[in-house]
Amino acid sequence: MNIVNILEEIEKVDGEIYERLNPRRAAMKDFFNIGKKISLAALPLAMGSMFQKAYGQTTPSTVTDVLNFALALEYLEYHYYNHALVAAPTLVPTGLPTAAITTIRNHEMAHVNLLKGALGTSARAEITYAMTDFTAGGTFPLVYNDYVTFLKVALGFEDTGVRAYKGQATALKGNAVLTTALQIHSVEARHASHIRQMLAANGATGLKPWISLGAGGIANDTGVGAVDAVYVRENNDVQAGITITGIATGVTKAAAVESFDETLSKIEVVAIANLFLRTGFKL
Amino acid sequence: MKNLQKNEQVDALQEERNIFNARLQRRSFLQYAGVGAAGIALIAAGCKKNRRDEMMPSGVTLDFKDDFGVLNYAYALEQLEAAFYIQVASNPPATFSPTEKAYFQDIQFHEIAHREFFKKALGPAAIAGLEVDFSSINFLDRSSVLGAAKAFEDLGVAAYNGAGVRIKSDTYLTLAGQIVSVEARHAAYIRDLISNGSFADLPSLTALNSNDAGGLDGALTPDKVLGIAGKYIKTKINVINL
Repeated sequence: MNIVNILEEIEKVDGEIYERLNPRRAAMKDFFNIGKKISLAALPLAMGSMFQKAYGQTTPSTVTDVLNFALALEYLEYHYYNHALVAAPTLVPTGLPTAAITTIRNHEMAHVNLLKGALGTSARAEITYAMTDFTAGGTFPLVYNDYVTFLKVALGFEDTGVRAYKGQATALKGNAVLTTALQIHSVEARHASHIRQMLAANGATGLKPWISLGAGGIANDTGVGAVDAVYVRENNDVQAGITITGIATGVTKAAAVESFDETLSKIEVVAIANLFLRTGFKL
Repeated sequence: MKNLQKNEQVDALQEERNIFNARLQRRSFLQYAGVGAAGIALIAAGCKKNRRDEMMPSGVTLDFKDDFGVLNYAYALEQLEAAFYIQVASNPPATFSPTEKAYFQDIQFHEIAHREFFKKALGPAAIAGLEVDFSSINFLDRSSVLGAAKAFEDLGVAAYNGAGVRIKSDTYLTLAGQIVSVEARHAAYIRDLISNGSFADLPSLTALNSNDAGGLDGALTPDKVLGIAGKYIKTKINVINL
């Protein structure tokens, strides 16, 4: 990665980036020379301080909005797993299952901290566990009593998260923040894949690590009708005007659907997230 | 697309008139051609207005000046993955369970679908088919196959994550996102087959620029990705305007 390229990319969406960084162009030239020498490992750090310097309180509102939206989702995910681990110690079997849920909880916490740090004073108010309702108003009354119910709701969160980040990608187009968002996005997809395998090992026979075609061609492949909103349009097989089914021998409708995950709009994600937030704390 | 071709023609004509300039560029190409590791030639911005037929002696060229370059890059990686899984699915290791065989068939078709999607989307701008080199993989051996699959999937995820910021079209940026999460699902599944629970073992992905403290997956620039993938590709891949 070349830091100069990143600046050029940013310049396309923010023509004043160089002036924001330093009003004196001569100084920018010096920065370029240093930038070329910054190692890849040090880049996120360098970018972080650079953005703070560049935007301070005036980060473009679309970027701030996207990051705060992501932060809200990460708070929800973090509390969901954390509560299971700290308050329902017999819910998740010890050994590999607890280790997996701990790994996922830790990633969600890391995402919360990362986004909070990136947003600085623009970060939204914290969402605490007390503001949440993971029974979704009684739809999942046994969410912290029944392991399989817990996994089903967890999968809903992960597949929603994957689709939510994807849906915001264009709002971050050309921005270095996009790379970070994509790096979170694929971690959420890894979580979803594993929780699907955990569910498959606990009675959800045939549930695949990837989102497949639901029974009878419906979009929701989990068999849990209460999470239909998470999977809307996931039975789509036309991408950028190209029909994927039959694009080569053996590519069935199911394979076509599995090959591409779909996006969710912000409005769709907010509607899902609000099911798990108490009145007065909804997004 | 039409404009693109027209611009390239104009560029070529201008260069034809300036023989001295063309010679210089050829020299700068030769200078860089030997630099790349494992058959990948990374060519610096020096030859921005190259004439492909003369400048590129062999292989395929990924020109990152626009989205076609990024899409062709993805097309190259999907070709590689598809070729690998076709070989695995047609003759899986004896110790694969029925479910594993079925899921490797699934992955095979996902990669074929990705490959064919890019080929169609690129149309005449698509690079040629790549010749692969899987001599380092023992297709009869479960751990060799799973190890290679893990390497392909983790690298594929890092490749899409690192290339996203280069994409200028909303449609293709979203498309890349739609594909990368499927690759990440593959990666997690294969990692769990190797060691259950390693689905998102971020500390093991630091070579791909992951960051465990931030909960971040890998992300690599195309030159880095091609440097790693190069050992599986016989066709020479030239990279320009990166």
